[in-house]
Amino acid sequence: MPVIFCLGHFLLGSLLFESITKYKFMSTFAHESRIKYQHWLDILFRGTTRLAAFSVLALLLALIASLVFASLPSIKAYGFGFLKSAAWNPVTEEFGALVPIVGTLATSAIALLIAIPISFGIAIFLTELSPRWLRRPLGIAIELLAGIPSIIYGMWGLFVFAPLFADHVQPWLIENLGPSPLFGPMFQGIPMGVGILTAGIILAIMVIPFIASVMRDVFEIVPTLLKESAYGLGATTWEVMWNVVLPYTKIGVVGGIMLGLGRALGETMAVTFVIGNAHKLSASIIMPGNSISSALANEFNEAVGELYTSALVELGLILFFITFVVLSLARYMLYRLAKREGT
Amino acid sequence: MKTKENMKTKLNNLLTATALAATLVVSGNVYAVKITGAGATFPYPVYAKWAEAYKAQSGTEMNYQSIGSGGGIKQIQARTVDFGATDAPMNAGELALAGLAQFPTVIGGVVPVVNIEGVTPGKLKLDGTVLVDIYMGKITKWNDPRIAAENAGVSLPDAPITVVHRADGSGTTFIFTTYLAQVSTDWKRNVGADKAVSWPVGTGGKGNEGVASYVQRIKNSIGYVEYAYALQNKMNHVQLKSRDGAFVAATEDSFKAAAANAKWDADKGFYEILTNQPGKGSWPITGATFILVYKSPENAEKAKEVLKFFDWAYTHGNKLASDLDYVPLPANVVTMIRDAWKVQIKDQAGKAIWK
Repeated sequence: MPVIFCLGHFLLGSLLFESITKYKFMSTFAHESRIKYQHWLDILFRGTTRLAAFSVLALLLALIASLVFASLPSIKAYGFGFLKSAAWNPVTEEFGALVPIVGTLATSAIALLIAIPISFGIAIFLTELSPRWLRRPLGIAIELLAGIPSIIYGMWGLFVFAPLFADHVQPWLIENLGPSPLFGPMFQGIPMGVGILTAGIILAIMVIPFIASVMRDVFEIVPTLLKESAYGLGATTWEVMWNVVLPYTKIGVVGGIMLGLGRALGETMAVTFVIGNAHKLSASIIMPGNSISSALANEFNEAVGELYTSALVELGLILFFITFVVLSLARYMLYRLAKREGT
Repeated sequence: MKTKENMKTKLNNLLTATALAATLVVSGNVYAVKITGAGATFPYPVYAKWAEAYKAQSGTEMNYQSIGSGGGIKQIQARTVDFGATDAPMNAGELALAGLAQFPTVIGGVVPVVNIEGVTPGKLKLDGTVLVDIYMGKITKWNDPRIAAENAGVSLPDAPITVVHRADGSGTTFIFTTYLAQVSTDWKRNVGADKAVSWPVGTGGKGNEGVASYVQRIKNSIGYVEYAYALQNKMNHVQLKSRDGAFVAATEDSFKAAAANAKWDADKGFYEILTNQPGKGSWPITGATFILVYKSPENAEKAKEVLKFFDWAYTHGNKLASDLDYVPLPANVVTMIRDAWKVQIKDQAGKAIWK
């Protein structure tokens, strides 16, 4: 999230800069003294905005520096082995980040796998198929979902969803998918209700409002002319969506998905409730696991000893790094897309 | 018009009340002493009750934050609080190194709780070694012959066992794993006893409430919580075999029986782990909770207020503790604690703070 925030500030900064230069160009035709006055005003304004942009950058650097500094003991003790080790033993002080890293990536992947098609459906319905009177209330309802605090999702997940899931869905998955040769190991285990899959589903519910509302917004900006032309040629709604609307809005859609991914990677409370909090590597997504953020939330308070605390901080650093890489990749993809289309 | 008048009076009343309250707060601040403590979550309910009753009587405010035992030790060492609280006692060496004095306040127990269909509360009996092997992942089904052998007449399902443990570091885990390590060398060697361990199997809940809600919601599960939590949530707690071979249920009496045999030693900071104590009726997973204060505090006045608070609690707080399902300390131990205060806790000039 802080990365999005920071990138957002950069964007804002460059936009402001653009408008300032435009304005300056126009003002050369105005009165001389006025020009001088405005010149100073511009400098002041530019300085202020620059300060705003750079102070956030400085804060970000300070954050990274303090994370690195605090995780030095653990980096020294384990080196790169920290990333590959699945051990997590506070008694013997052996720590490894593999289990939480896998848990974080797996839950986010499951969340996106579920959330993207559903959000796409929501956005299509809201922009193309829904009766006009239903659009606003439905759209607002979905946006309101984004405002629900994550702990509510977590409690609902544990108290309502997990028992139902354990009684009605997991036994079926274990019985029918468990024995299959290829994906079988992913669906073996005990139906507990909590686990990686449950966390992924809860995360999906949490990110759907974000992805869906961005998709809807970008679908709405597609010129009616384009869509009407396609309909006029005899295209079905699906064909219009797939061949006209989606190519036109690709960048926005990817941006929305990345926004959702950013939220899923860092989500803490909801995941902690339902992931099962077990430092065990398991091939099955039914079984409990751990994510970086939930390991931090659970263990930071009671971590005794320098190495334990520092291993937890290093986990935080890794999460920071993962989020940063994912969002940079997203930016790069958007940049490439924009370049290819020449816009 | 009438409503407007009404509003006006209401507003006036409100203003007077606020002004009054403000005066009270201001005047209260002048005289009231405030002491702060932080640490173990297990005794939090009783400390909060004591604080409330003590304030009503003496005017001294005690503010306790239940941030966990490890946090309590960290906070007292950082000198941000007047006392720390921990469920896992510090040993004599650690205490000497940190310059801290330690004394117990109340006794409680950790109880295994289960959620098995068809098993009535309090009926399931487990041997210590069976409990170890369940937590080791060696016994995986409820109808395992070793469980069935001790539970004739209880219908045990052919269902896999889900093990629930704490996800956070905790004094409760320390007491529980200490017991498991005492009854099994296998556990002692491969897992060990600590506030957080590398669990061979199972899923983790955050806090007593996290474990309680996991056990209540996952079928065929077993977990461990503080006795008070098990009672308040009406959970199905099991009987354990005591060191002398009899099955006991977790009750105030069986905790007292375990505490009766303890050998408290003031010089070692009352370091005493009450698990696996002798005596037929002793609950095997019993533990005391402890307070940490500096031996030569910088602020002697504050330190004296802390001691005064616990002195009051030992004298007047027993009923409040029992109401919340904690076991008060035996009278002879309380006398030992007061004597230890006189000897151990001194101000900067070297004079005893507690006389």
